[in-house]
Amino acid sequence: MTAKVQTGQLSSFSNKTLAFDWKGLLRIGLIGGLMAVLVSIIGMVETFHGRDIVGGVITMGQTVLAGAIFVSSSIAASRNSSHSRLSQILGAVVSGLLATATLGILIWFSQLVNLRPIFVNISPSLIRILTFEKDLPGQLVPALGLLLAYGFVIGLFAGLLYVAPTKMRKAVTSGIIWVLVIGLLGELLRTLIVGKPIEESVSWILGTRNQKGVSVIGAAVIFSLVAAFSTLSQMFGGRLGSQVQARKAALPVNAQRGLNATLLLVIFLILWQLPQLFGIYLSDVANTVGLYILMGLGLNIVVGYAGLLDLGYVAFFALGAYTMAVATSTAVGAGRGLILFSLGLTFWEALPIAVGVACLAGIILGIPVLKMRGDYLAIVTLGFGEIIRILAFSDFLKPYIGGAQGIVKIAPIMVAGQNLTRPTELFHVVLIICAIVAFIAWRLRDSRVGRAWKAIREDEDVASAMGINLVTSKLLAFASGAAFSGFAGAIFATKLSSIIPGSFGLLVSINILALIIVGGMGSLPGVLVGALALVALPELLREFSEFRLLVFGAVLVGMMIYKPEGLLPEETRKLELHEPEPGELQP
Amino acid sequence: MAAILTAKGVTKRFGGLLAVNKLDLEIEENSISSVIGPNGAGKTTFFNCVTGFYNPEEGRIIFNGHEIQGLSPDRVTRLGAARTYQNIRLFANMTAIENVLVGEHSLLKNNFLDAVIRTPRFNREEKSAVEEARRLLRFVGLRGIGDHLARNLPYGAQRRLEIARALASKPKLLLLDEPTAGMNPQETNELTRFIRDLRDQLQITILLIEHHMRVVMDISEQITVLDYGSKIAEGSASDIQNNPAVIEAYLGRGAATGLKTTKVH
Repeated sequence: MTAKVQTGQLSSFSNKTLAFDWKGLLRIGLIGGLMAVLVSIIGMVETFHGRDIVGGVITMGQTVLAGAIFVSSSIAASRNSSHSRLSQILGAVVSGLLATATLGILIWFSQLVNLRPIFVNISPSLIRILTFEKDLPGQLVPALGLLLAYGFVIGLFAGLLYVAPTKMRKAVTSGIIWVLVIGLLGELLRTLIVGKPIEESVSWILGTRNQKGVSVIGAAVIFSLVAAFSTLSQMFGGRLGSQVQARKAALPVNAQRGLNATLLLVIFLILWQLPQLFGIYLSDVANTVGLYILMGLGLNIVVGYAGLLDLGYVAFFALGAYTMAVATSTAVGAGRGLILFSLGLTFWEALPIAVGVACLAGIILGIPVLKMRGDYLAIVTLGFGEIIRILAFSDFLKPYIGGAQGIVKIAPIMVAGQNLTRPTELFHVVLIICAIVAFIAWRLRDSRVGRAWKAIREDEDVASAMGINLVTSKLLAFASGAAFSGFAGAIFATKLSSIIPGSFGLLVSINILALIIVGGMGSLPGVLVGALALVALPELLREFSEFRLLVFGAVLVGMMIYKPEGLLPEETRKLELHEPEPGELQP
Repeated sequence: MAAILTAKGVTKRFGGLLAVNKLDLEIEENSISSVIGPNGAGKTTFFNCVTGFYNPEEGRIIFNGHEIQGLSPDRVTRLGAARTYQNIRLFANMTAIENVLVGEHSLLKNNFLDAVIRTPRFNREEKSAVEEARRLLRFVGLRGIGDHLARNLPYGAQRRLEIARALASKPKLLLLDEPTAGMNPQETNELTRFIRDLRDQLQITILLIEHHMRVVMDISEQITVLDYGSKIAEGSASDIQNNPAVIEAYLGRGAATGLKTTKVH
């Protein structure tokens, strides 16, 4: 690092004004251009063009395109970090021009050759988007000129942003991000307030009912507010934050605990009230997120704490759901869509059975794989998940669990004589169970059991030599992870009141694993963040579901490169309560 | 004094390779003993047999009155043996103090339910466990770095932490596998002194594998020399230094005869 900086300084001395790494610049510009071409020819730009971010001005399609160019320009600027500011800005501009030039070649080419038989998405409307609604081929030259100017502007912006002072850069970036987020979710926010008195008063920000995204004024207001807030918090927030921290640390331990508990209680009460605001659709999304949080917490014990890579985790979810179904379904008989046998229990009677069955399955799976590690364990658990899914589909078990048609008429949750069938009511049950499970997971983490799991994750042999019984510890991890998942399965079954085996595919396991990785292995808040990012967001942006997996994959690759520890990594607990003094770390 | 560890005819094979061959060994209580020998002589394999990592094909190992051959490592640890490793094997992503707390695992009793409910037993036990861990960190000279991740510690500190972790299970027998590997002469001297202090203050038995001959000759009351899995010599430091079989094992037959002739002259 130091060496790099030094050579950088040397070269900026010798070649003061304009020093370029032309090869690198060319490469980055071309990569940016190819990214822009890629998002265009797979249809992303055109599909996303239907969604306004700033009403009538900027669409999401344009944002994706501009984003690709912006990112490559920023990278180009950072590659020139050892050079003068001017060359950084110039680098970004050149990269932006290169990127749009690549895009221009695509446009020009599309006029010469009919590319549509191969790339079905290169439609006239895509070209119109890329050429800013100019008429081709008549206006090809002005269109390309405009495109290059566009690249120039974005490159210049990226370059200026890169050399700007940190505070300003942060303020501008967070302003833009907030405008994008609110613009993207504008429609959703509007559904929250439709018909309420507040609708009139914020319509100048969110635009009218039939508009999507935010209005131009709204965007400007959001941007300036966020930028101002960011600047202020950067100037005073750090100090204020550390003061609050210091005050808190000065309190006695019991008072600190009380403070934390009160804070959590307040958050819980706010969450409790959410369905009133959310309405049915959003509450349903929230319930789905809740189920994924439950499973995430369970898998977090198995993978995050104990380091046992389980790729068949959905099996326990399925077992919980099917147990709930067989225990409570009222569709009993010999006909189509009926099952031969049901226990006829209520939800609350069946819940412990469902959890128990999943837990037992966890132990049964655990025993044969006790000696396995890493890849081998992953393959076996993967197989286990598939076995359960295929059994659920099978004709062999069809009379008992309904085969491909699944089971219907599963009992709803009954509380105080009332059936909780609406998502807004179910939300409370999901919230309580999530809170309980998170509490258990949190308490386990900082205990002898949790430490034993972590030790096994770090080094199984040494853990064993520390007196840790590998058999019981591993089985306990499998069992508690499976039990949490069984919980989620039981609620899932009752939430839909019917289940089909198709809901328990491999993708569910992968989703849960991915949300743990994105959130941060072993981290409890990470599970929450991961579930929001990987379950709630795709659910809310359903119209882009075509590109869901693509974005998913890109995000995962990016995460692994830039933030492999996750968004909210596992915190280390302070136990020694003692700051190291200088010179103390000596033998 | 009574023997705390007795090995009788211990044999461990890997396929056709005889790693440990009919080894007989007796370690006296409260002593400092060393096992030495050229690379591949079977020293670490013998350690692994004692601590339950390997199950020897033949022979018996009696530790503190219990036959321990074939027991799992956690059982052996519960009987009172603890070890460190040739290549440091800490729990890298746990803090130093957590490493020591894991070492205390076999002494703690609280279970799953205690942890969730936080019973009085749990709180009491955790509190004293953390206290003990802090004390051990101070004892090995690592005061003030308990909250650092183990992987971020400097090499010497990692060696010490490994010893603290081993001591956390209150062992009667401590097996140290090349504790001074990779240390500079000053660190080596300090560690030598520290090992002697350990024995004197904690009244435990120490068995070490070591390549630093000065350390071995300095602190060992009994030295066992292995070569190709077999014991070729045993005795005090001076016995070993003059033993031709040992010189031959280390330096070859020519050197052994050469040394003898030089001595005669």
